[in-house]
Amino acid sequence: MTVHVVNPSAAERTLARQFAERERREPSAARAAAFTRFAAVGLPTRRVEAWHYTDLRASMAEAAPILASPTPADIQVARRRLTGRERFARGPQVVLLGGCFIAELSDPLPAGVSITERVAEITVDDPLAALNEALSASAWTISVARGAKLAEPITLLHLGDGASSYSVYSRIGIALDAGAQASFVEIFEGAHRGAQRNTATILRLGDGARAMHVAVVDDDPGLHVETQICELARSAEFTAFGLVSGGELTRRQIFVRIAGVEAKASLGGLALIDGVRRADTTLQVVHAAPGGKSREFYRAIVDDDAVGVFQGKIIVEQAAQKTDGAMKSQAILLSPRAQMNEKPELEIFADDVVCGHGATVASLDPEQVFYLQSRGIANSDAKAMLLEAFGGECIDRIEDKSLVDPLRARLAAWLEARKAKP
Amino acid sequence: MLEIKSLSVSIEDKQILDNLSLTVNAGEVAAIMGPNGSGKSTLAYVLAGKPAYEVRAGEILLDGENLLELKPTERALRGLFLAFQYPTEIPGVAAMTFLKAALNAQRRARGENDLTTPDFMRRVREAAQALKIDQEMLRRPLNVGFSGGEKKRFEVLQMALLAPRVGVLDETDSGLDIDALRIVAEGVNALRDPKRAFLVITHYQRLLDYIRPDVVHVMARGRIVATGGPELALELERNGYRDYAEEAA
Repeated sequence: MTVHVVNPSAAERTLARQFAERERREPSAARAAAFTRFAAVGLPTRRVEAWHYTDLRASMAEAAPILASPTPADIQVARRRLTGRERFARGPQVVLLGGCFIAELSDPLPAGVSITERVAEITVDDPLAALNEALSASAWTISVARGAKLAEPITLLHLGDGASSYSVYSRIGIALDAGAQASFVEIFEGAHRGAQRNTATILRLGDGARAMHVAVVDDDPGLHVETQICELARSAEFTAFGLVSGGELTRRQIFVRIAGVEAKASLGGLALIDGVRRADTTLQVVHAAPGGKSREFYRAIVDDDAVGVFQGKIIVEQAAQKTDGAMKSQAILLSPRAQMNEKPELEIFADDVVCGHGATVASLDPEQVFYLQSRGIANSDAKAMLLEAFGGECIDRIEDKSLVDPLRARLAAWLEARKAKP
Repeated sequence: MLEIKSLSVSIEDKQILDNLSLTVNAGEVAAIMGPNGSGKSTLAYVLAGKPAYEVRAGEILLDGENLLELKPTERALRGLFLAFQYPTEIPGVAAMTFLKAALNAQRRARGENDLTTPDFMRRVREAAQALKIDQEMLRRPLNVGFSGGEKKRFEVLQMALLAPRVGVLDETDSGLDIDALRIVAEGVNALRDPKRAFLVITHYQRLLDYIRPDVVHVMARGRIVATGGPELALELERNGYRDYAEEAA
């Protein structure tokens, strides 16, 4: 990674202070090394290639105070908020407050699943992932035992805090032993514009394990940086989907490594971006073993003055012969000022592979709008119908149909709110 | 009922319709025939309000109201229906969802309640049976993967459900085999009504064997160059459009 030493920004100075404070209370060589990696780059600017379209240094004026570990009173408040709250998915729910796992707010986990305070290592080279490692309060790992097959998804609920201005760092490991099968739904809820969130989910899939992960960023933090790391052993399968419909600046960065032969990864997502919001999805899929398959399918709807980013890089290492990779990204712009930056990339070092990528940016098809209008459907309803179809097609690819409906409901709600705007 | 008065239309500075006038009375089926490029489809699109056409002069009155001042949606709500020559494919929108949205939009505009699902299903089933449309087709995305004939039958199904004041059929016969043509024509004939008018645009006389017109207009170079009874269509079938194309020049 290229290093540009410049005068630290106000936010960077605050982060250094926050880290020093942390170190004084609880010194750790691993954290110190992670902070050194962060500090070598600092908050990324356009000159850091992977962050080219999201200049975090420019947009993050200050680092908000780190949220303290939840007190019993905080837990009581959270309990009240959870009462009567409609759940997104069936199955057990694990609640995180301020990045900490709160056993007393969480459901019991099914047989074969355990949650322990264990650090999942961050193995990618990225300044914000390094910052997460340096500052996250505690690290939890959910383990699924060999051969365990979970019938229902496990929900990880990140509950935002009512405080006006805070930052929160959380890190969760998910480890599936050989042959295990499990689904996870990570919901980010309740954060307001004053919140800055840096979260990491690190998945390790053993031989033949199958995992699905669905992330929903539907609340409205000022900053949401989410690092997802997934490493797949032999014949493992990983399916992921991310819905982003809120947040002033969101960055989902997903690093997948196909480390075992004949492993499969299928990634997808839908970003709904309006106002002056910015949403960045950046993928790196590394094929390090032969016979792997990866599919990426992302869509975005960009309105008003919003900015979308999709960067996808597929790297096929020399050993990864017979790799089959295909990446697609499509965006619809609804306003003349809306922007979408698309950067698909392939780096192929093996000679016997099938890899392709495609990216399109378009407006709604006026022929389609006209056809619907010609039947008496109002212009705004016609557009909403077409957008619901565009987003819905992407959601419908999720195999677990019980998750399709709630995701489609979020899409419909976003479109309804859009119609109500002047 | 439908009066087109001195209509001149261009697209990208090319004049397509030239001072065209035409009246269709309630209960009437008027056919418009004409060679390729005479402006027939432009007329159909301008009636429905497709953007990109520039109306330079004239009026289109439906029951006395100037349609040119209305948006496409409002025209449909006033009872204008265009059966498209090339129905638009809309991936991701199920044909049924679309039908329900259209039907309810028109009901709401009339101050009526939305149809209940069983009532809606029954109406669709009846209309689909008459047009020999498979229920399976209605579950597919709108016009996606429909054959040419299925698309045309689905246009007529929509017309049957929406029960417009004026039906404009833009080359509904193109791409149909003889059996499908008969089914579609029967579908249109079933909708003939003293309070309803049709404008049937076609190249060929064949369709008019099944949908008997009251009036036949010949269109060439963007205007109506001849008007007559059904016998005019037969004459065109024998002699072609050459005489009229020259006359208009």
